[in-house]
Amino acid sequence: MKMNGARILWECLKLEGVDTVFGYPGGTVINLYDELFSFKAIRHILPRHEQAGVHAADGYARATGKVGVAIATSGPGATNTVTGIATAYMDSIPLVVITGQVPTALIGNDAFQEVDIIGITRPCTKHSFLVKDVKELAGIVKRAFYIARSGRPGPVLIDLPKDVQIATTDFKYPDTVDIRGYKPTIEGHPKQVEKAVSLLLGAKRPVIYVGGGVVLGNAAEELTTLARSLGAPVTTTLMGLGSFPENDPQSLGLLGMHGTYYANMAMTNSDLIVAVGARFDDRVTGKIATFAPHAKIIHIDVDPTSIKKNVRVDLPIVGDVKDVLARMIKVVEVHDRVAEFRAGLAPWLEEIAGWKAKHPITYKQGASVIKPQFVIQKLRELSEDDAIISTDVGQHQMWTAQFFQFSRPRTLLSSGGLGTMGYGLPAAMGAQAAFPDRQVIVVCGDGGFQMNMQELATLVQNRLPVKICILNNNFLGMVRQWQELFFDKRYSQTCLELPIDFIRLAEAFGAKGFQASRPDEVEKVIRQGFTTPGPVIMEFKIAREEKVLPMVPAGASLNEMVLNA
Amino acid sequence: MQHTIAVLVENEFGVLSRVAGLFSGRGFNIDSLSVAPTNDESISRMTIVTRGDELILEQITKQLNKLIDVIKVIDYADESAIERELALIKVTAEEESRAEVLRVVDIFRAKIIDVTPKSYTIEATGAPAKIDAILELLRPLGLKELVRTGPVAIGRGSKGWKG
Repeated sequence: MKMNGARILWECLKLEGVDTVFGYPGGTVINLYDELFSFKAIRHILPRHEQAGVHAADGYARATGKVGVAIATSGPGATNTVTGIATAYMDSIPLVVITGQVPTALIGNDAFQEVDIIGITRPCTKHSFLVKDVKELAGIVKRAFYIARSGRPGPVLIDLPKDVQIATTDFKYPDTVDIRGYKPTIEGHPKQVEKAVSLLLGAKRPVIYVGGGVVLGNAAEELTTLARSLGAPVTTTLMGLGSFPENDPQSLGLLGMHGTYYANMAMTNSDLIVAVGARFDDRVTGKIATFAPHAKIIHIDVDPTSIKKNVRVDLPIVGDVKDVLARMIKVVEVHDRVAEFRAGLAPWLEEIAGWKAKHPITYKQGASVIKPQFVIQKLRELSEDDAIISTDVGQHQMWTAQFFQFSRPRTLLSSGGLGTMGYGLPAAMGAQAAFPDRQVIVVCGDGGFQMNMQELATLVQNRLPVKICILNNNFLGMVRQWQELFFDKRYSQTCLELPIDFIRLAEAFGAKGFQASRPDEVEKVIRQGFTTPGPVIMEFKIAREEKVLPMVPAGASLNEMVLNA
Repeated sequence: MQHTIAVLVENEFGVLSRVAGLFSGRGFNIDSLSVAPTNDESISRMTIVTRGDELILEQITKQLNKLIDVIKVIDYADESAIERELALIKVTAEEESRAEVLRVVDIFRAKIIDVTPKSYTIEATGAPAKIDAILELLRPLGLKELVRTGPVAIGRGSKGWKG
């Protein structure tokens, strides 16, 4: 059937199973929007800024595991998507971002609202396409979705000139994709798997180090099964949180810069690390030269470039983590050395228990000032089991990671790699659009909230009942913490000074707001927030100079933690 | 350590910038890069000379392989490839130096491809070391302009990569 390019795009999205897109109209996508007017199969959510649109698609993707879709017009619309795309790229989130482009005849002429968005986003997309002929459009969309979701996922950009949206052709969506230069390795090599298990069972002080790949690869169940059958301790990165229940005695919680003392001590003293879908980021390893000096390293990852990028690896396994873990489980199940291995772990687990007892993750809540950690714990206590939490970036993010005790994958949405302030609110918006009946909570600071607070309008308009928890210390808290610890308390430009009335702000958008300034008000405000229909701001005036501890200073070794300062 | 890599890529616009952007974005070196279509018009072949230790070279080949438009990466370890480079060299050639330039050209089996009363333009091919050597001899005679293609490489032996 003959259709114009605009219609073909919507038909392709529908065939890819897309039910929701986040987009912002403009001159070079007006034809897309004209087709959408009569195309009812896809829900379109209009954010108030293209950056937020991409973050929303990202939040949607993280919460569902599906590909998130965002649309923006050319020029400024396209450049506004860049932070969102880079955020998704760093955390390997599958997105298809569609940008309008000036008509092909004008490309390169510095036309109105023209920008080389393919060029601008080249370093932060997994791949990108400029559609020059409407006949190529369907095939490109098919490839874009395939590339975005397969292998190590990532954002793919499709730049769609206006004349291609208008041109017509026969529409046929391809059934299959074949890209000769792109064949991700999915199955782990059986010999490597066997070698890995036998290396693992020879260890006395093993640690399983879990990254976001386990969440992205939907392998939390396999990871948990394997970890439990081995009895080995498990530590997770920020991106890996939720893939192993933190209330499990085997869990060491978060590792790295603001990880637990015991997770970092376990890594440092380990004789064997099994890295699963993790990439040895500098926030995790601390000083590379002294990282895990006694450990052999088994590294499982779908992306070969992650292996041996930052640390030496003794045994690499390239493959989808779900596949590799399933294979390891099978080998372990019938292995005759497992019982002996488990028995041999006793001294190691005892040592870890000693570290746990010595420096647990803790804080002291007094009677007068609200401690942020207390708010997080109360949120955990009062929220539903399957609640989805999104965060911004900074202190509140680390407190959430330390104290929320995640137990399910895809319940934490957080910008780990890029560290994007302003991510939390729109990401929650995307997750809530995907799951209208689940509780979706943003934890943010007063700084990050102000970076995308215009999205309150989108929440109210689309009846997305996101609960927004602002930990308000009137500081850019994490930078202030660094200034306190490493710059002699010279608080250069980190005090936000102007106290904002967040309650009235919420009301101005047609939402509700509640505020707690004393510890005994915390629970009440959370209950009010959760029971009030629609989007709600819950503002907590917290101890202004509370620090995230423990902390490995930048460039220090993992075992050189600041525990109390 | 210098290292030569052949990269077979989709012959499409924008691919060169993806490869070049990968090198610059990750701080890898490019000593030289040459590119042209292969016998299969849909594929272009790049020859890249780069440098770095073993870990860096491993990252370079892995990162290249990761690019969607890269079809194959051939990493030529030492001596496994034949490398040739073309240089066009314009030298001053007046009175006493005219004969000397001709002698050098002859010794290196190069060719004079353009002549003026004051200059010769020379075409020289060979392994990069040979080009270096001829340049060393010509430089004192007055080198006016030089253009080198950078090496292209092909594996030794009967095995070939289609395209």
